[in-house]
Amino acid sequence: MSGDIAIRVRGLEKSYKELKVLRGVDFDVASGSIFALLGSNGAGKTTVVNILCTLLKADAGTASVGGFDVAKQAADVRESISLTGQFAAVDEILSGRENLVMVAQLRHLKNPDAVADELLERFTLTEAAARKVSTYSGGMRRRLDIAMSLIGNPPVIFLDEPTTGLDPQARLEVWRTVKELTERGTTVLLTTQDLDEAEHLAERIAILHDGRIIVNGTLAELKQLLPPAKVEYVEKLPTLEDVFLTIVGDGGNGSDVGTASAALTSEEQR
Amino acid sequence: MNTHFFGDTAVLTGRSLRHIMRSMDTIITTTIMPIMFMLLFVYVFGGAINTGSGSYVNYLLPGILLITVASGVSYTAFRLFLDMNSGIFDRFHSMPIARSSVLWAHVLSSLVAIVMSLVVVVAVALLMGFRSGAGMLAWLAVAGILALFTLALTWLAVIPGLSAKTADGAVVFSYPLVFLPFISSAFVPTSTMPGPVRAFAEYQPVTSIVNAIRDLLTQQPVGSDIWIALAWCVGLLIVSYIAAMIIYRRRIS
Repeated sequence: MSGDIAIRVRGLEKSYKELKVLRGVDFDVASGSIFALLGSNGAGKTTVVNILCTLLKADAGTASVGGFDVAKQAADVRESISLTGQFAAVDEILSGRENLVMVAQLRHLKNPDAVADELLERFTLTEAAARKVSTYSGGMRRRLDIAMSLIGNPPVIFLDEPTTGLDPQARLEVWRTVKELTERGTTVLLTTQDLDEAEHLAERIAILHDGRIIVNGTLAELKQLLPPAKVEYVEKLPTLEDVFLTIVGDGGNGSDVGTASAALTSEEQR
Repeated sequence: MNTHFFGDTAVLTGRSLRHIMRSMDTIITTTIMPIMFMLLFVYVFGGAINTGSGSYVNYLLPGILLITVASGVSYTAFRLFLDMNSGIFDRFHSMPIARSSVLWAHVLSSLVAIVMSLVVVVAVALLMGFRSGAGMLAWLAVAGILALFTLALTWLAVIPGLSAKTADGAVVFSYPLVFLPFISSAFVPTSTMPGPVRAFAEYQPVTSIVNAIRDLLTQQPVGSDIWIALAWCVGLLIVSYIAAMIIYRRRIS
């Protein structure tokens, strides 16, 4: 599988009335890898995910998931993906177990009960299985949410801000789960505004800003965007946070390299 | 896609029914308003209303049943609105399921909830002295008309459920439906009303539906009312269904 492209996005555009959210987004995600889409609030991360999950139609451009076109072969795309949305996509009134069984049934699996039991075990939810989800903590809810996304082993999983609102411990749990996923060969597209998260999890990171991907590379490549001179004068390697803030610019308009280097010099002088 | 339609609808209807069973209060609140109207009209206004022969509760019940349906469908709109705006709907829509089954599940589970409300209201009416000598066939016909009316109003309720901006907005649409029976033959004979009101009352759907149910329950010949009633229900059902599906497709694409 590795070496194949699981997600291919070309020239994606989307506007909400006057507001141009995406202005030509391009990126590829290799099969079996974790890809992080990084951006500030309102950068359009969720819009990209929703288009790839066939929940939204793009105004222009093409996108394919698992080799299927999201606009023309939406049904095939839905067979190969799973979405863990920004808001925990669980049914609060049902129990954890009922949630899992329901999704297994909707995925038309043969043995929904066994599937549910196995996932409850794997996500240490067995004890809470019979309780209404509305009584769950934020971390348990997210675990259940991700467990529901794994049912049927879809080859591509979208995680839209999977750790937003979680405490550090729950966040580490989610990270562990995501890493396990790729060990099984699942492709993960993750959106986050948490730079630490991208740094820990992703093999490739793309920064979405002003409706375009302005940087796309491995963490090492992103760090190289800053001149190595920095290492000589500052006794601190640039973190991804530095890279992000420098490239994006705090005014929200510095998307060219000129501003990036200007910001860097001012940083050096401090 | 449609190969899974029935299976998916069954699974999702099971989900909605669990929601309803775990909040039985919605069934109770649905029945409170019609029961209050029934008490008010039988024990307060009823003595002054001349409907000819027979007890007033017998005269009143068909209209009260329609009010029960109308107040029940406001919950359909409410539940659908909440679902549309929750993360779980995004999950459903990104899964390989027959998409219209999501709406059918809401409609079918509402039908079950409203039937339960109707049973409660009829039970209260029996306590208040409602009696009918109607046979099995007549009761089946009444059940059929009510089921059709419920389906039609439920699909109508899907429209605000899909398009409302707030939960309150989704619920408010049912208020005119609840009050429509007041300007019909449900509470008083239309012959007592002044000209224009009478004309409206006689040609709006509630009157023919009420008359048909009343004739069936009082063992009168039903005449043309039942066909007019069926035509209204089927017509409303088809128009609402098509409109709801168009709005749904626009909403999810």
